[in-house]
Amino acid sequence: MRIRFLAFAAALAVASWLTAPAVAQDKSIIVSSTTSTQDSGLFGYILPKFKEKTGIDVKVVAQGTGQALDTARRGDADVVFVHAKAQEEKFVAEGWGVKRYPVMYNDFVLIGPKSDPAKVKGKDILSALKAIHDAGAPFVSRGDKSGTHAAELRLWKEAELDPAGSKPSWYREIGQGMGAALNTANAMGAYVLADRGTWISFKNKEQLEILVEGDERLFNQYGVILVNPEKHPHVKKEYGQQFIDWLISDEGQQAIAEYKIEGQQLFFPNAKSGS
Amino acid sequence: MLDRTAHNVAIGAGVVGSDLPIRLTGVDYRAGTVSILCGIDLEISAGLPTVLLGPNGSGKTTLLKLVMGLIAPTAGTITYNGRERPTPGSRAFVFQKPMMLRRSVAANVAYALKAAGRRPDRLEIARLLAEVGLAGMEDRPARKLSGGEQQRLALARVLAREPEVLFLDEPTASLDPASTKAVEDIVARVARSGVKIVMTTHDLGQARRLASEVVFLAKGRLIERAPAEAFFTQPATDEARRFVAGELVL
Amino acid sequence: MEASSALELILTGDATLFAIVRLSLLVTLSATFFAALIGLPLGAIVALTNFPGRHAVIVVLNGLMGLPPVVVGLLVFLLLSRSGPLGPLGLLFTPTAMVIAQTVLITPIIAALSRQVIEDLWTEYREELMAMEVGPLTRVKTLLWDARYSLVTILLAGFGRAAAEVGAVMIVGGNIENFTRVMTTTIALETSKGNLPLAIGLGMVLITLIIFVNALAWAVRRWSEAHAG
Repeated sequence: MRIRFLAFAAALAVASWLTAPAVAQDKSIIVSSTTSTQDSGLFGYILPKFKEKTGIDVKVVAQGTGQALDTARRGDADVVFVHAKAQEEKFVAEGWGVKRYPVMYNDFVLIGPKSDPAKVKGKDILSALKAIHDAGAPFVSRGDKSGTHAAELRLWKEAELDPAGSKPSWYREIGQGMGAALNTANAMGAYVLADRGTWISFKNKEQLEILVEGDERLFNQYGVILVNPEKHPHVKKEYGQQFIDWLISDEGQQAIAEYKIEGQQLFFPNAKSGS
Repeated sequence: MLDRTAHNVAIGAGVVGSDLPIRLTGVDYRAGTVSILCGIDLEISAGLPTVLLGPNGSGKTTLLKLVMGLIAPTAGTITYNGRERPTPGSRAFVFQKPMMLRRSVAANVAYALKAAGRRPDRLEIARLLAEVGLAGMEDRPARKLSGGEQQRLALARVLAREPEVLFLDEPTASLDPASTKAVEDIVARVARSGVKIVMTTHDLGQARRLASEVVFLAKGRLIERAPAEAFFTQPATDEARRFVAGELVL
Repeated sequence: MEASSALELILTGDATLFAIVRLSLLVTLSATFFAALIGLPLGAIVALTNFPGRHAVIVVLNGLMGLPPVVVGLLVFLLLSRSGPLGPLGLLFTPTAMVIAQTVLITPIIAALSRQVIEDLWTEYREELMAMEVGPLTRVKTLLWDARYSLVTILLAGFGRAAAEVGAVMIVGGNIENFTRVMTTTIALETSKGNLPLAIGLGMVLITLIIFVNALAWAVRRWSEAHAG
């Protein structure tokens, strides 16, 4: 008797567990973005403002850029918000996204040990990379197809070097996110390219410091795209579009500019002027 | 204890079919390539206890299990009052080392009652436990009982089934004399109440005390079958004679 | 020092920390419940019935105990993704997906170990239950009940395995703040950010939980020896 009751209760629990998402059409969207954006703390600042205004819950799934775009392609996200212009434009061109809107930029900085074995401090980024290459100083690469990784590879190419191809021993690809890369660089006394946001909020700096910054080549443009409802009909296009509209509105852009860590602004809104 | 259980009364009245006599014809039992029993012809009829007697390895336990219906013969037939299949609930079996459920004494008896289709009534459980001298032990964990107590609990369980035939396999083989006497007294009482007892033993003394009829086995063959008195005073066969005299029958 | 601020977070009942702990327990307890619902009867059936390929099934079940959590995460991800067969359910990146993944992870453990326990018990009970002419359903119920202490220990083992894993819940849950973040994924995230106090605090809670679960398993054994023999 008791067993039958328990079995029924269990079946009920299972049924409610499985159908809950379908039944509760909650006011939320899934945004796939990058770990560096998440780690910077920007979302923690601007999303509550968006929710207050519209009542929409934004659930951020933070992955590497490649994975974020793939998640959007599969229809597992409603909006994608990353910083890899070429890949984003391809995404829209292939029909997976509706339209790409520029939102903001932050910049990359070259981080390295205070001892600076390759003597890169004060140089421009391309000369710095050449110096690291010639000195064979340890360099940590994210190696994970992220936006930061793409930027790093682009810079090596501009410096006419190819450590990712020749894989010398001083070039260490870890296949992980920005935080892990900084941890590794700190432990190894190595150089690493990082976005300023993650660097400022990174708490384990110890022997590392910024050695190269401000070079225009280091600017990192963010774009936001609504996943195409024609490819994935379930996409929450109204809520998604509301999010995009807010990001590029004066209100959203101001919120982005307001976000500071230790008194420093991380992201520079450029929805009107950027590309 | 009632002199005749409700079931046996019903049998006597022809209301429920009896499973006796149990008839074995040309029964063989092989385990793989080893022959354990060979050419057994035997009839077990209602009445006082039948004891399967013989040295270790003579096949007594196997024969008992065959008659119970726990295993099937590799050759030959077994019929129950002429029928191929026995009636459910008509028989019960006490194993040499009875298996105690990992529960209390009372729960073990209750389990047996439920398995026999009877209500696990607390008063009935108490009555059965009193029958076997385990009164008041309801809440003890069954596996913590002594060997003799476990054997008696096994008896309480089989009595809960109100069987027509009760099989016991060397029930006192590992018990001390006091426990042995307790068990034998219970068996004798059960026999007098109308339940047919079929039990195995290699103990001559026990056979003398309990048997009404002796079936003597050696090396897988039925050597001799006789009323107890006749068997012990004038064994007909050589092996039987040697066994009764206390010699090893190889 | 980081450990002291970690302790502070625990003792002052930091809301974030406790929300994460609550979700972790909810997910893992649910998964253990469903895994038991599937795994115990499965183990009993394999233990007690004879069917062609039985030995192969036992070998496979035993092997699946060692399923790497990330692999389970990947498989469930492919299943639940919108582009996958169960996409329309919209379950990816939800706590439900995490429960499903962990259930898949520990069901083999519960099934394989309970099969062993029940089979051993059946060997012991077989003749007696046959003599009592007990039907197949009753046999299963009898064995499950009499094996209860061993089975509880098995469930605790399953719980421990699920509570400690990070690969499956990370992939199918997406580690979404305030939604699918559990102890293990938060430890991974905060460590990678260099934010060690929260990571250490959660680590301490997790270790305490695991120790507690093991102590419980030990206590169950002692109780069973005293009371059921």
